[in-house]
Amino acid sequence: MSDTYTLTMDDPIETSLLDTSAQGLIGKGLDRVDGPKKVSGQATYSAEYSFENGCYGFLVRAPFAVGRITKIDTQAAKALPGVIDVVTDFDRFIRNSAQGAVKSAPVQGVRDVAYFGEPVAIVVAEGYEQARDAASLVRIEHEAGSGNFDFAEAIADADIPPDGAAPATHDQGDLDKAMGDADATVDEVWTTPSQNSAAMEPHASVALWNDDGLTLYGSYQMPSFDRPSLADALGLETEQVRIITPYIGGGFGSKLGIAPESVAAAIASKQIGRPVKTVMTRQQVFDATVRRSNTRQRVRLAAGKDGKLTGIGHETHCSNLPDEVFFEPAGIATHFLYGGEHRRITHAIARLNRVLSGSMRAPGEAAGMLALECAMDELAERLGIDPVELRKINDCKRDPEKDIPYSSRSFTECLDEGAKRFGWDKRNRTPGKMREGEWLIGHGMSGSARGNQLQPSEARVVLRPDGSAIVETDMTDIGTGTYTILSQIAGELLGLPIDRVDVRLGDNRFPPGSGSGGSFGAGSSGSSVYLACEDIRRKLATAMDCEPSDLTLKDGEAIAANRRVSLSDIMSGEIEATGRIEPGDQGDEVRQAGHGAHFCAVRVNAVTGEVRIDRWTAVFAAGRILNEKTATSQCLGGVVFGIGAALTEELVHDPRNGKVVNRDLAEYHVPVHADVPHVDIRFLPERDTHANPLHAKGIGELGIAGAGAAVANAIANATGARVRDYPLTLDKLLDSLPPV
Amino acid sequence: MAWERKVGKAMHFTINGKNYDADPDIRTSLLDLLREHLNLTGSKKGCDHGQCGACTVLVNGRRINSCLTLAVMHQDDEITTIEGIGTPDNLAPLQAAFVKHDGFQCGYCTPGQICSATGMLNEAKQGWPSHVSERLEGDVELTDDEIRERMSGNLCRCSAYPNIVDAIREVAEEPA
Amino acid sequence: MKTFDYSRADSPEAAVQGGAVGNTRFIAGGTNLLDLMKLQIETPERIVDISRLDLNEVEEGEDGGLRIGAMVPNADLAANPLVTARYPVLSRALLAGASGQLRNKASTGGNFLQRTRCYYFYDTAVPCNKREPGSGCPAKDGFNRIHAILGTSDDCIASHPSDMAVAMRALDAVLVTLKPDGDRRRISIHDLYRLPGDTPQIETVLEAGELITHVELPPPPVGKQSYRKVRDRASYAFALVSVAAIVAVDDGRITNASLAFGGIGPMPWREDAVEKALIGQVPGDAAFNAAADILLADAKGFGSNDFKIPLARRTLIAVLRELTGDAA
Repeated sequence: MSDTYTLTMDDPIETSLLDTSAQGLIGKGLDRVDGPKKVSGQATYSAEYSFENGCYGFLVRAPFAVGRITKIDTQAAKALPGVIDVVTDFDRFIRNSAQGAVKSAPVQGVRDVAYFGEPVAIVVAEGYEQARDAASLVRIEHEAGSGNFDFAEAIADADIPPDGAAPATHDQGDLDKAMGDADATVDEVWTTPSQNSAAMEPHASVALWNDDGLTLYGSYQMPSFDRPSLADALGLETEQVRIITPYIGGGFGSKLGIAPESVAAAIASKQIGRPVKTVMTRQQVFDATVRRSNTRQRVRLAAGKDGKLTGIGHETHCSNLPDEVFFEPAGIATHFLYGGEHRRITHAIARLNRVLSGSMRAPGEAAGMLALECAMDELAERLGIDPVELRKINDCKRDPEKDIPYSSRSFTECLDEGAKRFGWDKRNRTPGKMREGEWLIGHGMSGSARGNQLQPSEARVVLRPDGSAIVETDMTDIGTGTYTILSQIAGELLGLPIDRVDVRLGDNRFPPGSGSGGSFGAGSSGSSVYLACEDIRRKLATAMDCEPSDLTLKDGEAIAANRRVSLSDIMSGEIEATGRIEPGDQGDEVRQAGHGAHFCAVRVNAVTGEVRIDRWTAVFAAGRILNEKTATSQCLGGVVFGIGAALTEELVHDPRNGKVVNRDLAEYHVPVHADVPHVDIRFLPERDTHANPLHAKGIGELGIAGAGAAVANAIANATGARVRDYPLTLDKLLDSLPPV
Repeated sequence: MAWERKVGKAMHFTINGKNYDADPDIRTSLLDLLREHLNLTGSKKGCDHGQCGACTVLVNGRRINSCLTLAVMHQDDEITTIEGIGTPDNLAPLQAAFVKHDGFQCGYCTPGQICSATGMLNEAKQGWPSHVSERLEGDVELTDDEIRERMSGNLCRCSAYPNIVDAIREVAEEPA
Repeated sequence: MKTFDYSRADSPEAAVQGGAVGNTRFIAGGTNLLDLMKLQIETPERIVDISRLDLNEVEEGEDGGLRIGAMVPNADLAANPLVTARYPVLSRALLAGASGQLRNKASTGGNFLQRTRCYYFYDTAVPCNKREPGSGCPAKDGFNRIHAILGTSDDCIASHPSDMAVAMRALDAVLVTLKPDGDRRRISIHDLYRLPGDTPQIETVLEAGELITHVELPPPPVGKQSYRKVRDRASYAFALVSVAAIVAVDDGRITNASLAFGGIGPMPWREDAVEKALIGQVPGDAAFNAAADILLADAKGFGSNDFKIPLARRTLIAVLRELTGDAA
């Protein structure tokens, strides 16, 4: 075993090896290394592992919202052919999926049902069809309890949670006074609905036990957290659990923590002594995994005639199950995006008996900027200032609350470049005045920002004398491009062509990685690979009898002091190194975030209120871009999530029992091909020495931040009316359309 | 008329030009037959109700949702799955174009997108109109809007849509 | 899905023999039936596979109409040259529905019999009078954005989801069926569907084991044809409101009007009085509004679907304007 080479980010890293190395792999839009497997159906996702003697589990849900189970009658279910058993465990079954980055067990215990559709048992059968059928025959008797289902009512009793991803409350100066003194103000309320990540792969676990413990093929984003969490839930030592998840069919937050199917499959498998495969149905994913909370957001802006903000308020409510501390940090970007001396940003949780709320792509920004960036647009309109200009006026040099510098911030540059590429100067200035036939035309924009994070992450790199390398970490690739960028980083620093690097992910047998979430994956796991490679470079320099800084590695050769040798000439065997990155003081001493700007052109049908997006330009700056192709795709995905949030996505809860009403993909409307135009995405060159040795910031969530607001602003520009209740479905626009 | 349930009688299938025997429950969907009985896991289950397109395969050359049809109904058909379109070492043009244009991220909807595009290109070649076609008759010009409409039965939550359109357009424009 | 006995029919006669027995369903495309069976909303004990029946032709009738085999897939019907040339409203309706994959599988006969997309109908954990007669209707006081505004009852407010059937209704389609006793009958689409009343579980007049074998269309009516569908996404979503319309104008007056509506009723909706109000009129807003008034006179929203009332009016007027074109 090699020692671990650890870097704690207490100080900026002024020089990155990525700028001095010679292989030329970084930044380029290289094809994904896992691409050929994915396009030919050879990438293996969790539910696709099958084992001898395996059988199928199917979850049974509580068909009521709140109450205590008095009896589970399994007789009829067990009588069906092929049914092996009906298993439940009132203490250990998961009630609420785990939140992200939690190493302890989530809320367990399903005797008391807290939301409609809570999984309370699992049927195990020889065949999938048998298990599914039998699940319908399990009868659950209960004593009904009382629950809260009305958001408006529950707001009255909302509680202020402990600080989370953002402080729960922040008060600075006197906002009320600032509002009173201002030349122009905005004071409006926006609402956003519950949403579902709707990753294309449903949650799935295949559980099997051997003498060492449990192996779980599970679709999880953060195996280094999910492992101890699952172990804790099952009463095992962490080492007794191994999660394997090399390919994940999308997560977007919904697979950060373990979900009910994992523990149910594990317990059933242990009980019957056979491997159990349990895949949630799409309806179960909607009913019983995790949602983005609905929100109510009051935004107040106070500004002088010059457009300079004097006050900014963002008071938000979300909903969650009793005792859950997660809140949707809707004010997260409001803390640092714009200046203004008087500030009030608050978060409170209304307690509702609805399925758990937790992280979904860009928790905080995704919902919060739907309000903030529309408020800025309204302020611009009231002041008669161009909305791009208004944002530039309020760009700041230092964090307006902590009075610390930004690690890097190219907000104004993104606004300028976006406006230029889009042709913002030719936009429709007067709302409701541009029409082509039946269509009203509108242009809208918004700012974008997403905080950058670093998480502990570890990776092992083995360099072989034949000029190949292996990278191992239990980091995941959920579509983010991890396989590719880690190949690039290792290839770059070790001087190897990309196809000579073999990246192995998603297995707890490898060193613990950061996992995928919060856009920290690339920066964190990439840094761990960087550090391992830096360690290997040092060893090679010793072999070359030179300083590491004088060593050049390229195409499997080491070059120093006019000497060029093949790696096999200086290596007596494999060189192994483990790198580890740790967050440090840089997380507090500077404000780290990616920034950007969205511009879009929409059409609103003057007869029906149908909205179509014609054109989109987005410009981002997020430190070094490691792979332009995969980075562009990440931002593109974010933009389309934003389009869905603006126009179509709403997880509806029945007002009488909180149950998810539209629990399939026919009625929960994610955007389809026809909803999405060509999207022009550009990155501005930037380096962030405070973020990590790669100088890169996260981009997986930046694209969604503000995107929906750009759509809403464009619709307002087209119709002349503001709708502040998302999503902006056509029914809400009808009143503001011209008469037919 | 003969009725069958699960009678222990093997069913026969022709998939990607190969013969397969299986003995599934009568209720087994074509998708579950592929994934759970024949280890052809390239076809994906995203919704199991014809609402996402991840399970798209070609039956006698036509694209269908394999989740919404029974395996037992397809014993006389020629079935093509992603495994029959191309392999990592020998990608079909559409597959290579998806890699080049980054027409996927997580990869889960991808086999369905590619099978769907394969069938769709054939439909366009036959002159089938779409919802966005101005004229219902005559040759189909595969504009971006046409591709988008015709591919709308395949959801991609990673939202690689524009890149998928780029990939399909490139292949559609290649001389046959 | 409950298990079932499966049999493939090699003739319509054999199919109806099999279909006559107890709780049996025919399966053609299966795109709705299997969807419902997986959720145990449909629980047939027997399935008769009719997908291989030789009912795949689209033929010209002697009267200049069309005779369409019930097994013709939606995609084929939409692209059929006889349909695209003479019944574009039907092509357009089909192409506005579902996805390419579903249209390749869904059959002409089956499309008429699609069941509602009501969220509560689709969830066996909650009551539904259509699914479980007498259990109640949570939609009325619940979330009913996609529900009907016309023809509803205290027991059911579900809407019919088909696009094709809306065009078929505007085209006066006739269904030809075969009954287990060997009788054939012809059912006008206007007589096919039943209002929910207090028996929302009974949706059509088809009898047990009765098989749709063909659909006949009379010669195309005079006039321009259009199908307009309003929905939540640009594609791959059910209609909130749709209008199938055939309108002729001669010498400055409307001489023919055939109008059917989707998304607003428990069946593809058509009302003679709406058309009568238009015929003989000078095309224009006065006539169009009068027609919309008649259509929506009894319209009733249930909260989240209230918007369908103005939306239906606006869409109808826009369609009429489009079809009367220069004359308006």
